[in-house]
Amino acid sequence: MAFAAKLIEREKKIEDCPPIFEPKYKAKLEGLREVLRPPVKEVTIGVGDRAVTIGGKVCVYRHELTWYRPTALFFDVTDEAPDEEVMKRVKTVESFEYERIGAKIRLQGIAVRCTSGDRDKFAKMVSRISEASNLPLVLCSYDPDVIEEALIVAGKRRPLIYAATKDNWFKMSKLALKYECPLTVSAPGDLSMLKSLAATMRKLGLDDLVLDPGTFVEADMLSETVNAFTMLRLAAIEGEDKDLGYPLMAVPAAVWLNPEKNEVLVKMRESYLANLLIARYADLMIMHSLDPWVLLPILVWRQNVYTDPRTPLSVKPGLYEIGPVDDKTPIFVTGNGALTYFLVKGDVERSGKGYLISIDTEGISVESSVAGKRFTAEKVVEALKSSGVEKKVKHRTVIIPGKAARISGELEELLQGWRVFVGPKDCSGIPEFVEKVWSKEVKLE
Amino acid sequence: MVEERKGGAPKSIEELFTLLDKAKELELEDVDIVAEELALEIVPSIVQAAPPPAVAPPAVAPPTEELVKAVFKPPVGKYAAKIAVVQIGATGSEGGTRKKVIKIGGETVPPFYHFEGVLPHRPVIALDVFDSPPPLPKTIKSYYKDVFKDHVAWVRKCIDEFEADLVTLHLTSTDPSAENRPADEAARFVDKVLDQVEIPVIVGGSGNPDKDMLVFEEVAKVTEGERLVLASVTVDMDVEKAVKAIAKHGHNVIALAFLDINQVKELNRKLLSGGLPKDHLITDPSTGGLGYGIEYTFSIMERMRMAGLMGEETMQVPISCAATNAWVAREAWMPADEWGPREYRGPLWEITTGLVNMLAGADLFMMMHPVAAKTLKRLAEALSKPKAEKLVKEAVYDKWVTMKA
Repeated sequence: MAFAAKLIEREKKIEDCPPIFEPKYKAKLEGLREVLRPPVKEVTIGVGDRAVTIGGKVCVYRHELTWYRPTALFFDVTDEAPDEEVMKRVKTVESFEYERIGAKIRLQGIAVRCTSGDRDKFAKMVSRISEASNLPLVLCSYDPDVIEEALIVAGKRRPLIYAATKDNWFKMSKLALKYECPLTVSAPGDLSMLKSLAATMRKLGLDDLVLDPGTFVEADMLSETVNAFTMLRLAAIEGEDKDLGYPLMAVPAAVWLNPEKNEVLVKMRESYLANLLIARYADLMIMHSLDPWVLLPILVWRQNVYTDPRTPLSVKPGLYEIGPVDDKTPIFVTGNGALTYFLVKGDVERSGKGYLISIDTEGISVESSVAGKRFTAEKVVEALKSSGVEKKVKHRTVIIPGKAARISGELEELLQGWRVFVGPKDCSGIPEFVEKVWSKEVKLE
Repeated sequence: MVEERKGGAPKSIEELFTLLDKAKELELEDVDIVAEELALEIVPSIVQAAPPPAVAPPAVAPPTEELVKAVFKPPVGKYAAKIAVVQIGATGSEGGTRKKVIKIGGETVPPFYHFEGVLPHRPVIALDVFDSPPPLPKTIKSYYKDVFKDHVAWVRKCIDEFEADLVTLHLTSTDPSAENRPADEAARFVDKVLDQVEIPVIVGGSGNPDKDMLVFEEVAKVTEGERLVLASVTVDMDVEKAVKAIAKHGHNVIALAFLDINQVKELNRKLLSGGLPKDHLITDPSTGGLGYGIEYTFSIMERMRMAGLMGEETMQVPISCAATNAWVAREAWMPADEWGPREYRGPLWEITTGLVNMLAGADLFMMMHPVAAKTLKRLAEALSKPKAEKLVKEAVYDKWVTMKA
């Protein structure tokens, strides 16, 4: 029972119960899979260590449980672009890595667009990319012959086919069945057609589907896009509409269809619209811009919104030794929010070394926890005493965050014989603070 | 002390801003919503009839060339309650002297659910004006350098040039740990600015709860009837006393809680039971900037709005969001070559912080960067547009596959 409850809460997976994979339980396994099937199906694109699974959503509003399977980001290339340029883009996407709050953030795949209309050219480019990289691919063309030529060379890599439409769905469905690849159904601006296409694909035996309701980015149509995504997700989860219980594709790259002259503005638009679409349930997005300043807000928002709202990201409160500490090392106090801790840790590292005491602020930032009485003088005293740091240093000084300045008076009263330093408001100022203030004022022989 | 910098704003952002002015796609007419236009449902489109199969289909479900017919019906939620409409500013006939008033709130459905109901008022943007030179990020400072000493000009610049809906006059000079300007003097300053501008304003304190109480009392008295917004009343203040001082002069209040939905409820209940009319209350659960707690804010706002619509009295009020908190993030202001120009990162950070919270239900946005403010206003207008099914049907979307970008 306990295991069953954990399965439902999604704390455990079926894979955590090996006996059920024995042949005699086959029927039971299938039954269990059906029971546990999330209202938005999980669809895997690609093979190997870079394969990505999208969908898997069980709630509309994040606070109801958690959003699983972060939005996968695919970047476009065309079959007519120079080889060198394409390879450079592919490598950039493949090797991109940004570390934040202890997690390595990556980009997911490549969307190959057939702009040439030439099936051989397209297949050649797809083949070239598959040889150079194991990133998952989306194959983009409305011509089934073009898609098949590419599937012949890359079908085993489980690319996502884009797209089956009201005009080509029959041939596309056959390709998806033949090559066992996931398939996008696309019906821009027509949700009844989208449902109709999805229902047809299901009837034909396809279950790895992705839905594309169209990403209309112009100001006079943006609300329509937001509404379509919202309605689809509500229909899948609250309306239990099985035809629409599939991941949603969004195309922020569509800002380049009708771009204003200033490229910076278009890129900005692509960036904030991507974030709007992440907030409105996009499971996979196709992007064009690869500039770090465009991607940074998207990667941060995606990481933030896909955390478990039931448990704020935090580190264990206590004493952390950063760098080659000794008895002349400064003592810093901060909260235990994961972001706070990792930022301060990084800046203490840059300053050389430090004892870092993380007090229990329930994962909340220093500023909010000072205001909300989670970061108090009493708590600092308690953490300082119980950490045993007193025995490790010769000095009796402690540095508190600039944002906690208002507790410094009370802290000095409570900590007889200690000197309290108010550190910089932003921890990026720690190295300078240690060098110019703390080291000068605290004389240790 | 105004910091003097040579060269003004970085070229790129100036250019960006000028272009934003001209960007035709973003120039939207004011949304003037008429109820009957909006009594909409999704009209099921006709499913294309595929040609019937030439031969009778065999018995074992084979692939046929016929589409399964389907009609999409949006699941329409039912909500028990309505968010109060808060009016900011009062005209001459209403006991004030404003030429223009602003209304926020009034929702009966979740944010931008046009398929469920009408959104009576779009979210609005308030730009910050400070009574003493503030420690602003360089990317922002250059836009306001010329008006730091002339607050009326500063307000006008925000409204006329940067198209903000209203402004927040921050009385930071009243901070006891800084200039400690007396409350009555600060109130006279507000009154003087009001004399010279036509728009309604929000008045912000210094964040010191004891001093803010004195300042709010004075401002409320001196500007009686203007229906301003006083920001903010927190749990650290004598809430009942604050209500008495503010409500008796007819003003609105922003109630600021600290990322805790229970605190929001407690504080709002105290304000309401203390005698503040519901249509004079705006709630602010605290805004974590992008990367710095934004997900807490997003989820708290979503929960608050849903709870309000479902019948929770204390949440049936418009929500305020301090998008300015985006600037806490070092990604927004710190020079870092590997992240690209901070002149782009900063406004984008503020836009994103505002935008996702707009989708969560926020009605009023406190902002600093002019480009961010203008962009978010355009987005508020766009998202508030009722359905555009016809436009979408005619739009060219599928060409993204073959476009030459």
